Amino acid sequence: MPEILDLARTQVLERGVGLDEAGVLAVLRLPDECVPDALQLAHEVRMRWCGPEVEVEGIVSLKTGGCPEDCHFCSQSGLFTSPVRSVWLDIPALVEAAKQTAKTGATEFCIVAAVRGPDDRLMKQMREGVAAIRAEVDIQVAASLGMLSQAQVDELVEMGVHRYNHNLETCRSYFPNVVTTHSWEERWDTLRMVRDSGMEVCCGGILGLGETVEQRAEFAVQLAELDPHEVPLNFLNPRPGTPLGDRPVVEGKDALRAIAAFRLAMPRTILRYAGGRELTLGDLGTRDGLLGGINAVIVGNYLTTLGRPAGDDLALLDELKMPVKALSATL
Amino acid sequence: MTGKGDAVTAAALWCDRCGERAAEGDHSACAAARRLEPPRYCPACRRRMKVQVLPAGWSATCVEHGTARSG
Ligand code: SF4
Ligand SMILES: [Zn+2]
Ligand SMILES: [Zn+2]
Repeated sequence: MPEILDLARTQVLERGVGLDEAGVLAVLRLPDECVPDALQLAHEVRMRWCGPEVEVEGIVSLKTGGCPEDCHFCSQSGLFTSPVRSVWLDIPALVEAAKQTAKTGATEFCIVAAVRGPDDRLMKQMREGVAAIRAEVDIQVAASLGMLSQAQVDELVEMGVHRYNHNLETCRSYFPNVVTTHSWEERWDTLRMVRDSGMEVCCGGILGLGETVEQRAEFAVQLAELDPHEVPLNFLNPRPGTPLGDRPVVEGKDALRAIAAFRLAMPRTILRYAGGRELTLGDLGTRDGLLGGINAVIVGNYLTTLGRPAGDDLALLDELKMPVKALSATL
Repeated sequence: MTGKGDAVTAAALWCDRCGERAAEGDHSACAAARRLEPPRYCPACRRRMKVQVLPAGWSATCVEHGTARSG
């Protein structure tokens, strides 16, 4: 057993204290033959500090495309020649999407908009949409609307939005290579306001943007410092027309190393499979990650791309004897 | 594309993923990618379509040729 896994066993598994940057880096650098041991330990950590339940979520795009920001991985930026066109979802379709999501047994429904931050029109849509969902569907509503003002944070709390997603995307030192229209610190400011408001903080990012393995470790500990309730882990799905459109996808083994390492950095967080797992990990790898530290999934489609059918993921959870977290357990 | 209602049924002239001529070049990578993506270009006229992805499906609308939906 490599030394770092021995250390992780006493520090993370037994005491619940996450690995520091050097420790995370050591896990990210483990040779292939040690990856199963790292995943096994990460799974034990997840079972010990989070339990066997898996949190299931659906997401939907309320406003797609035409974003003024330049996140180099994103097909929804209006600054690239991406084929994604701007489109708004109406309230009946939004409620229908929430119903479809609830039908899968999901407890979370996240409403997402491709914006720098909400304007009055978007906040009005949110007010109407969240009220309609809460009246008709038994599901918790989360939101991801970019950078917020304090007044907008307060308004979302008032609407009953219980969790807010705002990804840091990558570590602080690499961020300027990926986004130039706003800073990592601006994102951090929104996250701080969200946390102080009492909403749950959901913050993760994307691996495979060209960051080094050291920068992946840096990112894991920066997230750990934020201590988010949930961390969605995406793997780059290179989108045509974006500056990162020609990047290779993350190797499956590297993705699994990262899953184990992020779990060992954050023993108590909800670590969620988000976009890109189908491409990077396929069916077999998806299973390895669920047995290696992941304890939440996005089911069904993403914002501009498609996922596996929700039924496939639910069948896998059933087979792995991992109960889907019930709504009563989240209230 | 699995159309419904007023959807396009004409022969696909254009690749619905990359927007290039369907009969020219190799679109096998496009076809593979389309398993995890909705269409983006109208196969009849090459216009970029308004695409809405929902948790359990998608719809794609060409202003000229109507709306196609996932089956
Ligand atoms: S802010 Fe969001 S929607 Fe806009 S370009 Fe960046 S990732 Fe895409
Ligand atoms: Zn093509
Ligand atoms: Zn057309």
